Amino acid sequence: MTDTATDPALEVAPGEPILEIRNLSISFFTRTREIPAVMDFSATVRAGEALGLVGESGCGKSTVALGVMQDLGVNGRITGGSIKFRGEELTTMSPARLREIRGRDIAMIYQEPMASLNPALKVDRQLMEVPMIHEGISADEARARALEVVRDVRLPDPERILDAYPHQLSGGQQQRIVIAMALMSKPALLILDEPTTALDVTVEAAVIDLVRELGEKYGTSMLFISHNLGLVLETCDRIAVMYSGEAVERGRIGEVFDEMRHPYTQALFRAIPLPGADKATRPLIAIPGNFPLPDERPPGCNFGPRCDYFQKGRCDAQSIPMIEVPGDAHEARCIRTDEIDWDAPPDISDHRESPEIGEVVLKVDGLQKYYEVSRPGLLGGGEAQVVKANETLSFEAHESETLAIVGESGCGKSTLAKVLMGLETATAGGVELDGRAVGDVPIEKRDTRTVADVQMVFQNPFDTLNPSMTVGRQIIRALEIFGVGAGPRDRKKRMLELLDLVKLPREFATRMPRQLSGGQKQRVGIARAFAGGARIVVADEPVSALDVSVQAAVTDLLMEIQREQKTTLLFISHDLSIVRYLADRVMVMYLGHVVEIGAARDVFAPPYHPYTEALLSAVPVADTHVEKKHIVLEGDVPSAMNPPSGCPFQTRCRWKSRVPGDLCEREVPPMVSFAPGHQVKCHLSPEEFASMEPVITLAEN
Amino acid sequence: MIRFLLSRFVTMLATALALTFVVFFLTNLAPSLEKVAKSEIGARVSDAEVESWLNRNGYGEPMLVRYGEWLGVVPGWTHSVDGEVVAGRCAGADGGVDAGARCGILQGDWGYSTVFRRDVIEIVGRSLALTGKLMFWVMMVMVPGALILGVLAGMREGSKLDRSLSTVSILTTATPEYVSGVVFIAVFASTAVGLKWFNGSATSAMENATIENFTLPVLTIALYGMGYIARMTRASMTEVMTAQYIRTARLKGVSFPKIVLRHALRNALIAPFTVIMLQFPWLLNGVVIVETLFNYKGFGWTLVQAAGNNDIELLLGVSVVSVVVVLLTQLISDIGYVYLNPRIRVS
Repeated sequence: MTDTATDPALEVAPGEPILEIRNLSISFFTRTREIPAVMDFSATVRAGEALGLVGESGCGKSTVALGVMQDLGVNGRITGGSIKFRGEELTTMSPARLREIRGRDIAMIYQEPMASLNPALKVDRQLMEVPMIHEGISADEARARALEVVRDVRLPDPERILDAYPHQLSGGQQQRIVIAMALMSKPALLILDEPTTALDVTVEAAVIDLVRELGEKYGTSMLFISHNLGLVLETCDRIAVMYSGEAVERGRIGEVFDEMRHPYTQALFRAIPLPGADKATRPLIAIPGNFPLPDERPPGCNFGPRCDYFQKGRCDAQSIPMIEVPGDAHEARCIRTDEIDWDAPPDISDHRESPEIGEVVLKVDGLQKYYEVSRPGLLGGGEAQVVKANETLSFEAHESETLAIVGESGCGKSTLAKVLMGLETATAGGVELDGRAVGDVPIEKRDTRTVADVQMVFQNPFDTLNPSMTVGRQIIRALEIFGVGAGPRDRKKRMLELLDLVKLPREFATRMPRQLSGGQKQRVGIARAFAGGARIVVADEPVSALDVSVQAAVTDLLMEIQREQKTTLLFISHDLSIVRYLADRVMVMYLGHVVEIGAARDVFAPPYHPYTEALLSAVPVADTHVEKKHIVLEGDVPSAMNPPSGCPFQTRCRWKSRVPGDLCEREVPPMVSFAPGHQVKCHLSPEEFASMEPVITLAEN
Repeated sequence: MIRFLLSRFVTMLATALALTFVVFFLTNLAPSLEKVAKSEIGARVSDAEVESWLNRNGYGEPMLVRYGEWLGVVPGWTHSVDGEVVAGRCAGADGGVDAGARCGILQGDWGYSTVFRRDVIEIVGRSLALTGKLMFWVMMVMVPGALILGVLAGMREGSKLDRSLSTVSILTTATPEYVSGVVFIAVFASTAVGLKWFNGSATSAMENATIENFTLPVLTIALYGMGYIARMTRASMTEVMTAQYIRTARLKGVSFPKIVLRHALRNALIAPFTVIMLQFPWLLNGVVIVETLFNYKGFGWTLVQAAGNNDIELLLGVSVVSVVVVLLTQLISDIGYVYLNPRIRVS
């Protein structure tokens, strides 16, 4: 049972519903019309239980959360249905009663911790406010409580943290403060809206761990909103999958994951890279088409136009209700659940050959990049400090090869990309492209050939296209700069071919970027990068800003163009699932060092570098058959301005005690070779390496 | 921080130097000098007489040299008759002139006003104090009034309160002082309407400011600036009210008044603070109209007198003071900004 001090009359026994949403419909009203955002949504959260709400952006999952909080803004309104919290109707509640419930009984954790904390108030005041409002306790008591909760969310040096402003904390610490704020009055229901989207994987794993543990400690029920199926599997008991404003499937998490009964759920699982997927033998299957806009929903089943099992005349004839399917309260919004063979293997007709790995294209030798920054305070002069972004990086990349660069923010992967592109010049060491040294040539001094040879696909397709230039014009501009084509006519032809290459209709040449969806914009970005026949394309998290259903399509496209053009792809990512799926070789970076490099299958299997091991454990996997070893890294990545002595990872390493003496603190470890090309930067003895167990094992089913 | 202050100080010096040179150049053009001479020795004199007067009074030298004299880097002019120095820039109280002495701004000698027949430093000091008094009361009325207007309008965007307050602030900003001042005098101080609540002249307020004689000038200036600051505050407030941390506060169960006062206000004041500090230099010039209208002998009134009579040294003194006031308020604004916004550190 819980140790909360709530009124026993309000206490809800485990298993009883604490939040009941019945046929909820929410619409937003503009001047001219009504836009339905959520339709006929039902869900129940029982005491002590966590419900996952999963779906792509725009499916209405956050709107449901705000509907529960009764905070839909001026334009949003609940148009039907009911939301009951402990039997009390929320939709008709008075503002005064709502204020009592918010923060005390229902608390929310938000997506962007920085934006959710008041920048002008110190942390302690923001935390203390909650119990002071709801329980009327004194400031001293509230501060004592804040101190206790901050300790509970495992923040180091709680006194100092309480006395800090939000901007003085790291992203992970900020999110812990937001969590602490939600727990200040020990709420009965916690709503988490994408709580870890802005965080690094290892930080994400620690935060999720914390949420789960605190949920158990305080007996809090949770409504967990996420687009990440893996995260939901790790945290929730039940799940509701949403598509275009409707719940399409609902049930126990195991049943939905293993015996899904809605085509959308099935398509989602086939579109994400799970262990076992492989770009040659078991490629991802993208969901065809685009997400319908709220005012362009098709008649009948919303998923109909993108569904493999669509039957004209039935699926689009009437609106589809939730239908019970076998299992524990398992329901799906599909009229054909009985007719579809759910166990049929996916149709993989286009079996592809892995490309032949060719000659060395890029050779990086002892690359080092330091930045000098001065950080003067308000009083007193500033002293220059050195950010050691890259330390002695050495690696090679071959033709037709995909080299994944993995690491968390601050590991130096973006600096490496900048040096390759010529946006920064190396402090020491060399970069050779096809035998030409380019490491200390800034981009404005590079010749056209070199510029066209090294191109980049950016993370965020939404602001890398010029908003006031047509798509065709932007690609032609790239062709002009790369000196491709004899004249305007020639270049126009080439531009249309490039659109074909990235599988965009030729009409898109005259469109403006704002008329394109995220996935389409990223395709334009890819076309631009490949316009000059690039030898190396640096793809900096090219799909992380896209929805799951289009990620697969864009990833696939990149792979296909790479195969045709024999391009070297440097794939920068923090998402190990996708890296495992597409990379030939993997390079793991930490604080500017390469800590492990090797063929993908070697890196993903023991022996690991301790950091790789932790990374692998941190990535949530959306597969119930996967057994994962639980490793949580404490603390944050140290600052690159003041890196730890010796091994960069020694401050967080769980294997450190196995190394005799203070070797880890004194010396940077040497690169130790295992399989051909597989190197690990670690002091551990061969015996210790041999004793490592795989982090991820696929259970037999 | 010290480097920051130092660089600001250097900027201030450079600006003052440049501005005074421009003023010096314009006031020392031949027609302007002729005007000075005629005002001194009578309008009906011949060109030759003007010429000789100018020479006798040190206006004959090249302009750059004379600018140097004013600055105090070049020895002051002397005029000698029969080898004996009879007049000079650096004439003491006893009439004795020390040839070769420098007496300019650098020596603390601001010169002599030809209009008021007094030392410039004395006039500038007195008028600055008077305008300071006026400005103080304007700020006391304008700033709180504008902030309250802006915050009230901005806390619920699009509401009736917002729309009516916004209309008021646009109206006040759209009415220049010479219109509102005349209207106020007509309505509140004349027999035209017959209210006669206040005094139409603020001359008596120089010695003894009362509600009766000081309300109208203060209100005239304050209203004009108030609308502007209120608009800025409103824009800033509406932006803050849609911020995510305000949602956080709302969903913590904080009541609306507390959200506005505790969570929104400080963040919303960051932008208008700069605008308020920008009002100081504007007030310096803005008071010109109002001081003339209400016959209040402050800085603006002095400026008008000096310019109208081509009082070279007084104009230069006024320029220097203006530059110092403008840049000093900007410095205060920058430092205040840092304390208001914990995310910014001076660099």
